[in-house]
Amino acid sequence: MDTAAAPHSNYLHDGYTLKSWLLTRDHKRIGLLYLFGVTAFFVLGSFFAALIRIELLTPAGDLVESDTYNRLFTMHGVIMVFFFLIPAIPAVLGNFLLPIMIGAKDMAFPRINLLSWYVYVIGGTFTLTALVMGGVDTGWTFYTPYSSAFSQSNVALVVVGIFINGFSSILTGLNFIVTVHKMRAPGLTWFRLPLFVWAHYATALIFVLGTPVIAITLVMVGAERLLHLGIFDPKLGGDPVLFQHLFWFYSHPAVYIMILPAMGVMSELIAAFSRKAIFGYQFVAFSSLAIAAVGFLVWGHHMFVSGQSVFAAMAFSLLSYLVAIPSAIKVFNWTATLYKGSISFDSPMLYAFGFMGLFLIGGLTGLFLAALAVDVHVTDTYFVVAHFHYIMVGGAIMMYLGGLHYWWPKIFGKMYNEAWAKVAAVTIFVGFNLTFFPQFIVGYLGMPRRYHAYPPEFQIWNIMSTAGASLLAVGYAMPTVYLLYSLVKGNPAPDNPWGATGLEWKTSSPPPTHNFETPPVVNEPPYNYAK
Amino acid sequence: MAAHVDALYFFLVALTAFFTLLISGVVVYFAVKYRRKENDEAGTPIHGAIWLEATWTIIPLVIVLFIFWWSASLFFQMARPPAQTLDVYVVGKQWMWKFQHPDGRAEVNELHVPVGVNVKLTMTSQDVIHDVYVPAFRVKADVLPGRYTHLWFKATQPGRYRLFCAEYCGTNHSGMVGWVVVQERAEYQAWLTGGTGQGTMAQNGEKLFNELACITCHKTDTTGRGPTLIGLYSKTVTLDDGNTVTADDAYIRESITNPRAKMVSGFAPLMPTFQGLVSEEGLLQLMEYVKSLKAVPSNATGVAAEGPATETPGAATPAAAPTKPAIPVKK
Repeated sequence: MDTAAAPHSNYLHDGYTLKSWLLTRDHKRIGLLYLFGVTAFFVLGSFFAALIRIELLTPAGDLVESDTYNRLFTMHGVIMVFFFLIPAIPAVLGNFLLPIMIGAKDMAFPRINLLSWYVYVIGGTFTLTALVMGGVDTGWTFYTPYSSAFSQSNVALVVVGIFINGFSSILTGLNFIVTVHKMRAPGLTWFRLPLFVWAHYATALIFVLGTPVIAITLVMVGAERLLHLGIFDPKLGGDPVLFQHLFWFYSHPAVYIMILPAMGVMSELIAAFSRKAIFGYQFVAFSSLAIAAVGFLVWGHHMFVSGQSVFAAMAFSLLSYLVAIPSAIKVFNWTATLYKGSISFDSPMLYAFGFMGLFLIGGLTGLFLAALAVDVHVTDTYFVVAHFHYIMVGGAIMMYLGGLHYWWPKIFGKMYNEAWAKVAAVTIFVGFNLTFFPQFIVGYLGMPRRYHAYPPEFQIWNIMSTAGASLLAVGYAMPTVYLLYSLVKGNPAPDNPWGATGLEWKTSSPPPTHNFETPPVVNEPPYNYAK
Repeated sequence: MAAHVDALYFFLVALTAFFTLLISGVVVYFAVKYRRKENDEAGTPIHGAIWLEATWTIIPLVIVLFIFWWSASLFFQMARPPAQTLDVYVVGKQWMWKFQHPDGRAEVNELHVPVGVNVKLTMTSQDVIHDVYVPAFRVKADVLPGRYTHLWFKATQPGRYRLFCAEYCGTNHSGMVGWVVVQERAEYQAWLTGGTGQGTMAQNGEKLFNELACITCHKTDTTGRGPTLIGLYSKTVTLDDGNTVTADDAYIRESITNPRAKMVSGFAPLMPTFQGLVSEEGLLQLMEYVKSLKAVPSNATGVAAEGPATETPGAATPAAAPTKPAIPVKK
């Protein structure tokens, strides 16, 4: 790599051996280790999605066997949720940026940070081993008693993999919380923090409070499967619905683990490309905490048809509507930030506009699912599949990519081809909508999810969806090419290519090993564009 | 009911379209109007406005509370079956649906119902969690192993409507599908009587009741070692811990599969569990039989008519019943 344009030493030059990477305690290098990991899992998870979409081109189950299909959608879900979406923004962008944004040299616990990556790799290895041995067929939700007593697949191995992986989240969350509390630069008060940091702080709280619950729940599934302890299987005196309560107690907040960091990225992008302070900073900051807190109280909305009491369902419905408010507040504030801004259309901002549209639809269709009477009809159909993909893919992945484009010059010190980046952003937006919008319709028409074969009247919508998925695949392939190409041939990035505020843009691109040549002192509010 | 659900659904569609277009429109308008003209241009410093924050907090709050009220009141009606229903019993198993009509007809993956009649399904699963979903009726409910769940609907048009299993249940989940066949009442009656003479569910339940030797302890009078079942259904039962329980489907099922969970006051815990000895269909038949044991006409059906005459109380029980002889405990 020719780095003549960057005369200073940076973290990428701090050792070139494999050992210097695998034993690094630099949060930036650990972020890149995660980038490598989550990208690999994303490619694998996308491959399964592609096979699912090809199978669903025709109503008959004619591409693969039913058992194979069931394993495909299960592995797609397990890998995308636990090994891509949950770590993607926090562990890659959060790891890289959080210490720099608060003017710190590193995380509070650099060794624990490295440990978290190894834990992630070990958890992933268990899951991949299960995959090689034939996969798992329970759905990523592991509903009992199917998972604990009936499934013939490698449930135990996958469950162990997810259990181990959970500790990676817990360690990352712990590190974020302590780092934000103890390592902020002089003058960097809480209300001067970038909103990216607020969002990651809220996410870290969920990591630490929620992840142990899924861990112990999956241990119980394993214990019932292997030792026949009666916890969930009614034949052993257990309660199958108990599992759903425990599972969703974590797994609903897990959705906020995916979307809160995305909202953090969104706030940075909107401010940077409007060259303007975020509108209603404190409302946006506190809405992250509100989402994290109320998000723990809405898990029952996944269970409106599971036989829970009518009154429990009503309470969960009401709480689900309340958690919509802080999300709405964020959307309105982002919109208002544009007012009288200086708006540019660089590729990260295109992702931000795309996020806005997709998150609006994803969030508003959440109102359908929180509506008890409507949920009865559309739950467990493709309507739900479309809704959560609008949030997780339309929301989280759009912002993961938007953030990656925004900070790429900082991370690698290289500029990518902006024209290609714009084409990719538009392709992904169009491909995404073509893939998932028809699924709202086919879900309303009654097509259940997780169906290998389906009635012929649903075919047209599935063809549209598969066509969209093809376009989406092209869209995702493009950044892989031009971003990698930029590492070799890209122009050297200036320290602040976007003219943005924030400490990360005040250090060099890429940053030196200890982030700053001289420790920064902060004496201005955040997003202080009007100097 | 489907029309009511759709009204709410399309209200939400309109709401979604309105806000998506409104906000997207504003975003596009701002993006064009305030596009960057000079490279070093900064935005106007505006940090917020409390009245705007209040507005866009309170308006969405009012809207969602309205949706909550609408959907919850509709759900409340959907969750409560009307007093008069035609009952059908459903057993889900990997990967088929079994429907039993109380007067005897049983069918697989097809459910015949008359038009314009409130139909109530009482459902259970023999293995994993399933879910009965009839999109045309906008109804769906999980079918759980080890307990009963309910679902009711009133079909308004004759025809054939798809029925799906909506909760993933393993290999052939997408093959666990069938039809709800809605017929005119006369047609339905003809279909119902066209069975193969298998006997009503209560009759089959009575047969089981004898085969399993339930009858040795649960007698028609109060002399049995177990409580009498005459007139039991939907009555309040006092338990030995002083609590009371309504003798509903769930209670009867539990009392057969796990008798010691709720002991009737005044009786010793003698009854063995029948978990695994009776199929889910059998349990439903026993339940129908218990329901049929009305208190008033003592010679109408059931226990008094047969059984005890051929047996001596306390004698060796038939092979199917592991009940041990025991001393009756007086009430």
